[in-house]
Order: sequence, then structure tokens, then C-alpha cells
Amino acid sequence: MKTFRMLGSSIAFLLLTSFMIYPGQIRNGYKPGDIATDFKLMNVDGNMVSLSDYKDAKGFLLIFTCNTCPYARAYEDRIIALDRKYKVKGVPVIAINPNNPSAQPGDSFDQMKKRARDKGYTFPYLQDKEQKIYPQYGATRTPHVFLLERTAKGLVVRYIGTIDDNYQDAGSVETAYVEDAVDAMLDGTAIAVTTTRAIGCSIKT
Amino acid sequence: MRVQLTSYLTFISLLVLIGCGPGTKDKNALIWHAPAPRETIMADTLRIPVYDFDRLEPLLHQKDSTTYVINFWATWCAPCVREIPIFERIASEYDSEKVRVILVNLDMPSMWKTQLVPFVRDRRLSSSVVVLDDLKQNSWIPKVDESWSGAIPATLIYRQGKRRFYEASFTYEKLQNILYNF
Repeated sequence: MKTFRMLGSSIAFLLLTSFMIYPGQIRNGYKPGDIATDFKLMNVDGNMVSLSDYKDAKGFLLIFTCNTCPYARAYEDRIIALDRKYKVKGVPVIAINPNNPSAQPGDSFDQMKKRARDKGYTFPYLQDKEQKIYPQYGATRTPHVFLLERTAKGLVVRYIGTIDDNYQDAGSVETAYVEDAVDAMLDGTAIAVTTTRAIGCSIKT
Repeated sequence: MRVQLTSYLTFISLLVLIGCGPGTKDKNALIWHAPAPRETIMADTLRIPVYDFDRLEPLLHQKDSTTYVINFWATWCAPCVREIPIFERIASEYDSEKVRVILVNLDMPSMWKTQLVPFVRDRRLSSSVVVLDDLKQNSWIPKVDESWSGAIPATLIYRQGKRRFYEASFTYEKLQNILYNF
């Protein structure tokens, strides 16, 4: 009887400790200077898109974003403006929706098509359907920007973070992190701020 | 003038602290030794203090023997909303002297009256709800925890020198187990 009770409490202890999560886990993902992976993901127009398709690009503004996050929406027009400004300079925007539509129905492929059409996206809007690309990059939230530079060594990560320092009002931005980073990259000068953080929506799995 | 006002408010907060002291069960609205808010959202009898990060920061560094559970959330964040009942349950199970739950809301100002107030009122939240409204996210996020990328939900648990940060969702069992071993 006593043995049973002991066994019972050991099981309870094991059950309890198995729920423990440990802080400070090392998060995988890129840091500035790392070489980024290419991918092949479906665009809202039905075509598969890879970065290698862009023969003349000097780099990419890879932006993990989605339909549903208020921060993603707050930055939507600014993402379109970034594409307009930098595509002609050889650094187009490539948007990737990393959310699992079963967890976030508003991010289904059909809803992505609708959003891209309604807002007149000037850039590809890809679905990370198997959710294998965002973890490699280390994207944790939407919107989350990765600036890549095409070099002889591969696609080098130059900047990771947020677009600017004022999500509420594009007119009151003091530091336009992404624009500063792309401009410096294109000038061949050092990028002053290579990582930034911002509040965003966790990626839905 | 501003300095005078600040010290006056600090003095009042201290009075409140001494006045209510330990044992008070009122977890509503303003926290018993809360720093003075930048502004207050008022709706009927509901009062939700709004802080910028400098004003909020003392809440992340209390020196007493209470374990603080500081959850960063927003009404538009579905996984955050799902775990609010877990924090409420934990808050109800522990004496507020032992464990104090503070729900730091990150709703945008345009949502305060339309989403946050109805949420707090309809769910009759008993935990302390405060709003953090500070655009300089890149400067304050690492001050909460160096490892935080900025995704929510995120939760800081600390007691005096011991601090743990979780950029993750909780189950009740997980949170209970962490607090049990804290």
C-alpha cells in the first residue's frame, strides 16, 4: 500500500516536472552577418517564388507579416512604400506570412489573396505553408524584417528588426531603421543599427 | 513645479502604502504601491492607469518578498486572451502578499475605450490591469528582459534578485509549477 502511494507521488512529481519550461532557451535563428537560406514558397498569384528568381536584385527586404496582426496592419502602407522606394534600387520587398491558418483563420491563403488584392500589394506575398522557413530565420513575430544582401558568399543578413520607431504615426518617425539600413548597405557603408526590437504578434503555430 | 508634483505623488503613494499596508485584499484598478500613472483611463467606476516605461519600471523591481508575475498582453492577441483566466486563477489562489499578478496591457490608444475597457469590465478581471503606452519599444523591451524579441504573450516572474522571463504561452500547470518551485 505504502509502495503504491510512493509510486503515486513519484508519478505525480514526474508529471509536474515534465511541464516545466526553462527560461533562457537558446533561440535558433540568424544574427547579422549570417548567411540566409533561400526558399521556394507559393505566392498569392499561384506561382512559386524563390530569391534566386531575382537575378538582378542586390538584396531583399524579407518581411514576415500577416493579415491579422494590428502591428502588421499599422505597417502595411509603409511596407508598400518600402517596396516602391527600394525595388527600383535593386532591393525588393518579399513578404512571407508565417502563421498557421488553422490557428489563425484570417491568415488563410484565400484571405492572403484578398488582402494582397484589396491593398494592391506591389510585392510577392508568400505563405510559409509548412512553417519551416520562419524558424530558420528566427522570426518570432509579425511584422519582423530581415534585410539580406546578395554577395559572392550568399545572402548575408544585414539587419533584423522593426521598420521604424513609431508604429502609430508614420509622420512622426524619428529613426527609420530599415531605410537607414538599406541606404547604408547600398552605399557600402556600415549600418549603424543592425538589430532592433518591437512589440508584435507571436507567430501562430 | 513638475518635480514638486512628482514628489507629492510619491509621498501620497507612500501614504497609501502605509495606510493600506499588508493584508489588503483589494486587487482592483490601482495597485497599492503603484507608481503614479501618466494618465488614467476612466469608464464608470473602472480606473486603468497608463504608464510610459520610465513610470512603469519600478513595478519590475520591487524589493519586497512578494513574487511578481508580470504578464504583457493585448486584447488583440488571441493567445494572450486565452491565458488571462490562468493568471486570474493563480491570482485568486495565492495571497497577494505571496504572489501578485499584474497584467500589463499593450493595446493601442485607439483601442482603450473600445476594446480594453469592455474586456476588463465584462470579464470582471480581479488582477491589476495597467496600460503600458510607450513608442520607444526598442529601448524599453530589453530593459524588461534582454532575451525578449517583442512577441507577446510574454511574462516576467521575479522575486527580489531572482528573475525569469518567458516569451511563451502558459498552461495552468506550467505556471503553477514554476511558482511552486520559485
